[in-house]
Amino acid sequence: MPPDLSTSPPAAYDIAPRRTGVLVPVPPKETSVENLDTFRAEVAKWLEENCPASMRKPMTSEDEANWGGRRKQYTNPDEKLWLDRMAARGFTCPTWPKEYGGGGLSNAEARVLAEEMRKLRARQPLVSFGITMLGPVLLEYGNEEQKREHLPKIVRGEIRWCQGYSEPGAGSDLAGLQTRAEDKGDHYLVNGQKIWTSYANYADWIFCLVRTDTNAPKHDGISFILFDMETPGVSVSPIKLISGSSPFCQTFFQDVKVPKKNLVGKTNGGWTIAKRLLQHEREMIGGMGFGLGGSGGGASIEQLAKDYCGDDAGRIADPIVRFEVAQHLMDQRCFMTTVRRSAEEAKAGQGPGAASSMFKLYGTEMNKRRYELLVRILGSQALGWEGQGFSPRELSTTREWLRSKGNSIEGGTSEVQLNIIAKRVLGLPD
Amino acid sequence: MSLALSEEQELLRNTAREFIAEHSPVKELRRLRDTNDPVGFSRELWGQMAELGWAGIVLPEEYGGADLGWAELGVVLEECGRTLAATPFVSTLLLAANALLLAGNGTQKKDLLAAVAKGQTVLAFALQEGAHHAPYQVATTAVATKDGYQLTGKKTFVQDGHVADQLVVVARTAGKPGDRDGLSLFLVPKHARGLGVQRTTMVDGRNAANVELAGVEVDKSAVVGTLGRGAEVLDPVLDRATIGFSAELLGTITEAFERTIAYLKTRKQFGVPIGSFQALKHRAAEMFTQVELSRSIVLDALRAIDEKRPDVPALASIAKARVSDAAHLVGNEAVQMHGGIGVTDEEEIGLFLKRARVAELTLGDAAYHRARFASLAGF
Repeated sequence: MPPDLSTSPPAAYDIAPRRTGVLVPVPPKETSVENLDTFRAEVAKWLEENCPASMRKPMTSEDEANWGGRRKQYTNPDEKLWLDRMAARGFTCPTWPKEYGGGGLSNAEARVLAEEMRKLRARQPLVSFGITMLGPVLLEYGNEEQKREHLPKIVRGEIRWCQGYSEPGAGSDLAGLQTRAEDKGDHYLVNGQKIWTSYANYADWIFCLVRTDTNAPKHDGISFILFDMETPGVSVSPIKLISGSSPFCQTFFQDVKVPKKNLVGKTNGGWTIAKRLLQHEREMIGGMGFGLGGSGGGASIEQLAKDYCGDDAGRIADPIVRFEVAQHLMDQRCFMTTVRRSAEEAKAGQGPGAASSMFKLYGTEMNKRRYELLVRILGSQALGWEGQGFSPRELSTTREWLRSKGNSIEGGTSEVQLNIIAKRVLGLPD
Repeated sequence: MSLALSEEQELLRNTAREFIAEHSPVKELRRLRDTNDPVGFSRELWGQMAELGWAGIVLPEEYGGADLGWAELGVVLEECGRTLAATPFVSTLLLAANALLLAGNGTQKKDLLAAVAKGQTVLAFALQEGAHHAPYQVATTAVATKDGYQLTGKKTFVQDGHVADQLVVVARTAGKPGDRDGLSLFLVPKHARGLGVQRTTMVDGRNAANVELAGVEVDKSAVVGTLGRGAEVLDPVLDRATIGFSAELLGTITEAFERTIAYLKTRKQFGVPIGSFQALKHRAAEMFTQVELSRSIVLDALRAIDEKRPDVPALASIAKARVSDAAHLVGNEAVQMHGGIGVTDEEEIGLFLKRARVAELTLGDAAYHRARFASLAGF
């Protein structure tokens, strides 16, 4: 779901005036150290009292994450309790304004909250595309009614969103999208097809790019609309991947009626919003800890290497595997430190910048290298597909290795990220 | 400590950048090289840097130092690296003075550190013996005599060895090469009998020397730290020096990268800037990523020293490995992307490649530091 670059804004920062670093601006709010300490004590106590014991255990697979939504079935009542308690304080969206259900925290306070949650090994109570992608652009581009309607439901996990971006003919060339939305007076009539719609089969609503002017240059005829997936004419078909899972869908629209009030921003002004949302998506993908963990907890990669490749007096016996494990752990550290630096170097009031491309690029490529290394370490035990003879972890490594191949494609391919860095960060000419 | 530069650090950076651009641009290194300058750096420049407080920037005030942090030292070193400025920072401050500061006795510190901070004394650190950095692979021996010790052995790649007033020599008082135990550090004055120093001409035009110790006699007061437990000094000295040196190398690769990007924007072929070609854009973006990762880890490592964090040894290895790999990539790509002009002596970019390669190997290359990191991490 990557951007076409031909109308990207001019280089946001040039290399000529030397700078000390990359910028992923986060709006800083001043919070004194004293207040932070008070906040930390309060939040630690609150978490200790409110986080149920079963929510303090690491998830064993991605499937255990709570995405919320109308169709969510809670098998563990603690999961619901934890979500409701966190949502009541706005802690599922800690930095969003309180008036829309958010926590109203400064970035420093949000970091403290995250740190205290980590100390308890508390699970994220809610993950969603509403939190990471739609919410931030609604805050920036949505009208008051849209913010009041949609943001609190995202905070509380009541509505699960999906992203209607890519089409069969519009992958890297996203702005070439063909899904039409005809103006029928009080509503739009939407016809077309989306693809790679993550979890569309579980989603309640979709944020969708549609063509509202077929005569304008391709970037100037796109609008950003929202609609309910239960609207007549919407149908969904999951796509089976090489990993065996089906996180993506094809989504079809046949004469879908969408109220005009569900247009975000201006008619034909959707590309600006689309690109901003992609920055948030890249940040999410780059920063979601790709390459930092994986394979459902358990033994560290260095321990696995000793277990599967031999332990020579405390050393990984295979010197090349030892070398690669060291390289990987060092890469992780450099990457995490860069994420931290860009936040610390951020300037007030700026949206996420082109550095999100670097994080997306490096985070996903590092994650792919991690799985290649894991497969190398686990050997034929990482090549089982199902059934007897393999531990659950071995089988999940196989699937995750295959799944990781999509990381550098979804959300803008690595090649597109390189284009964005070259153009927007380095200012190289077209 | 934030990884972003403070206002004071930005001010220091601007001062350093202006000063170095004026007094030690890249052409100054070329002049030193082409005139076979006997010293290999400008003593006048080093004196001016001392006046600015840089020669003793991390030394305590009681020895005339500025008592600033390694984060500040890193700012200055990075700027030196940008113009390939030849200075005795690494030999004198990062290695030898640092060893004296950590382990020297009162007299050694009093006599030498103040002179270092004033820019009056140049020191060298004689450790390496083979073609690779391997700190415990020391065969040079120190045998006890009636009044002191007799040192015998050969050292190589000793930065500023031929102009040092005193050398800190790592020798073995017990054990065999490769042992961590049994190492000792000695101060050896330049005129000691039996000390032979031969300057070696390196590809980057910077100073190095071979040092031969043919039964050099020193007295007991020459020992730095505790006899036989030199590794306890050597390890933290090398960690800090490696981190500081990584900051200098970071400056060098940042400059080489930025010059290359500027060239991609101006050089035209087929009627367009060559930077418009996707084949070059992608490689430029890869380099950018490597340089940014290098910067983050160097900044964190410098701050780790100031914060006395326990991960300094690991960070020293992560930083040097990362910056060395980036230097390898950027050095090679910079020359390639400059095309024919890039392989001429006249164009300065070649000097960056040469310096990058020497620096890559100095104090351990990426392979050395990956292996060391693995050992530190228990695998």
